[in-house]
Amino acid sequence: MADARTASAQAEGRTRRELMRRLNFQSGWVFLVLLLLIAVFTVREGGKFFDPVNFRNIALDASQLTLLAVGATFVIITAGIDLSVSSVLVFSAVVGAKVMVRLSGSPEEVRNYQFPNQDIGIPVGLAVAVLCGLGWGLVNGLIITKLRLPPFIVTLGTLGMALGAASIISRGASVPYVPYDVQTKIGARRIFDFMPVLVVVTAVIVVIAIIALHFTRFGRYTFAIGSNAAAARRAGIDVDRHLLKVYAVSGLLAGIAGAMDIARFATASVSTHSTDNLNAISAVVIGGTSLFGGTGTVIGSVIGTFIPAVLRNGLVIGGIQPFWQQVVIGAILIVAVYVDQRRRAAEERM
Amino acid sequence: MANRDQPVLEARDIEKWFGPVQALKRVNMSVYPAEIVALIGDNGAGKSTLINVLTGVLQPDGGQIFFQGQPVHFTTPHDARAIGIETVYQDLAIAPHLDAVANIYLGRELLRPGLLGKLGFLDRKRMKEETAQQLSRLRVRIPDPERRMSTLSGGQRQGVAVARAVMWASKVVIMDEPTAALGVAQAGMVLDLIRQVRAQGIPVVFISHNMPHVFEVADRIVVLRLGEVVAELDPQRDSIDDAVALMTGSAKAGAATEVA
Ligand SMILES: Nc1ncnc2c1ncn2[C@@H]1O[C@H](COP(=O)(O)OP(=O)(O)O)[C@@H](O)[C@H]1O
Ligand SMILES: [Mg+2]
Repeated sequence: MADARTASAQAEGRTRRELMRRLNFQSGWVFLVLLLLIAVFTVREGGKFFDPVNFRNIALDASQLTLLAVGATFVIITAGIDLSVSSVLVFSAVVGAKVMVRLSGSPEEVRNYQFPNQDIGIPVGLAVAVLCGLGWGLVNGLIITKLRLPPFIVTLGTLGMALGAASIISRGASVPYVPYDVQTKIGARRIFDFMPVLVVVTAVIVVIAIIALHFTRFGRYTFAIGSNAAAARRAGIDVDRHLLKVYAVSGLLAGIAGAMDIARFATASVSTHSTDNLNAISAVVIGGTSLFGGTGTVIGSVIGTFIPAVLRNGLVIGGIQPFWQQVVIGAILIVAVYVDQRRRAAEERM
Repeated sequence: MANRDQPVLEARDIEKWFGPVQALKRVNMSVYPAEIVALIGDNGAGKSTLINVLTGVLQPDGGQIFFQGQPVHFTTPHDARAIGIETVYQDLAIAPHLDAVANIYLGRELLRPGLLGKLGFLDRKRMKEETAQQLSRLRVRIPDPERRMSTLSGGQRQGVAVARAVMWASKVVIMDEPTAALGVAQAGMVLDLIRQVRAQGIPVVFISHNMPHVFEVADRIVVLRLGEVVAELDPQRDSIDDAVALMTGSAKAGAATEVA
């Protein structure tokens, strides 16, 4: 009897450890930080903060950055970096919006806010935005793997190129005459009359990413390459091909975030999102993914995205200058990297 | 024995240059079934280079490799692995952030049956079970096959690396300095693994400059010096002193079988 109980307790402990390991949940303390923030703001602000509608708004505001952080998670686990995503997002939004306007009606018609062909223009415009992102991702991946250049330099280059190109195409201004149905029918659409469709899309992508990273061969190769690229190569893994895919995914997600920009604001502008690349990277690092590669989680990156989002929201509700958010997040980032280094040192010692 | 005439793997007149440095000078070497060939030589003698040529990591600048009598060209390590030659590289070639199961199946992951497999889902359970079986069959003891390799001791890591090679090798196992970083007990375990492989009929090429280890397990010893095969020794007949003298060049290959 007692034996059976210890056995089942042991089995339970094993299952829990197994689960932790599968999710590779090294970022437990960051999750506690997030819970702590929610608790503090709930105590301070009560129902103004702890309110489903407020949480929904936080999720909506964080959705694009979440997508960038998901892409950055894969890239950083391979010991790479993608600085270009903020410009790729903007480029995708601008080109997608331009195509959408062009296809939705003649120049005279759209200037009078008539969009006779918007049923074609809107979906094609959004698809073009997504494909632009994929295209830039492939460009990054091809340059990195074919020319054997460091990802930092390559994506720094494409960061400038994509932004410059987007500015040329938009002449530096917001893209006008975007059919507002893209906003009312898609951007503002809610599922069950509550959840914005953009949040649902983001959540679905997050779930797919978690599964891909932790349960599939694609994820296994991602970790292996970041852990020891030479070993992966000797084991017969086509490292270049996999890296190309990883950068393509990062670009693709930036493209989807760009399409979301059009849907949310019914315009696109080069003057936005300029620090999203660094914010995504910092979210990933806060979430426990090592910049040295080989380890990380998608869920940690999502938490790392929500910490600044919740902080900003709570500060605004509390009437405190939201700039504090930047100060606090910077500090958390430094602590996160310190914790990562300590953990790595401790492991090596064992 | 008939197969004594037919080497499993043979290097003929292999040359390799690194810029102005000639690392291998018309090297000839054969590996016969079910034997342990030790490849010895001082640091920089060209042992690792020869192994890298034999396993497709490097392309030779001259000469030819034969596998079961047929000329072969390995352009990648994958080519050598595909025909059953497995290597434990000197620099280990494990992924320290992954666990033993993932490392043993690296590049050969088992996928779930059916649709999930087509989507790339890993069959973790089967990989884990077969890893545990393989490790216990080879008596490689590690605390938990699902712990990161970076948390294991050097001997345990080497055990996993050797187990991986043995698991997949059908024709030849090559080990570059597998005992170099190990303590006495752990090195003993690896030497034992080498004998187990031979018992399965699979030849082992064992590189080391630890002479007691070499003389303990080898059936035949090939001495490399400054990129040349200078002698072939018989561990039953020749002594460690002969080997050391040949490695360092203080003796010409007089006592031992001179290589043509
Ligand atoms: N990748 C390389 N580039 C240049 N020289 C090399 C390279 N690899 C080996 N060498 C040189 O080739 C010679 C043989 O080296 P190596 O095969 O590593 O010797 P061993 O394994 O016997 O110690 C040495 O002179 C070494 O410096
Ligand atoms: Mg060597």
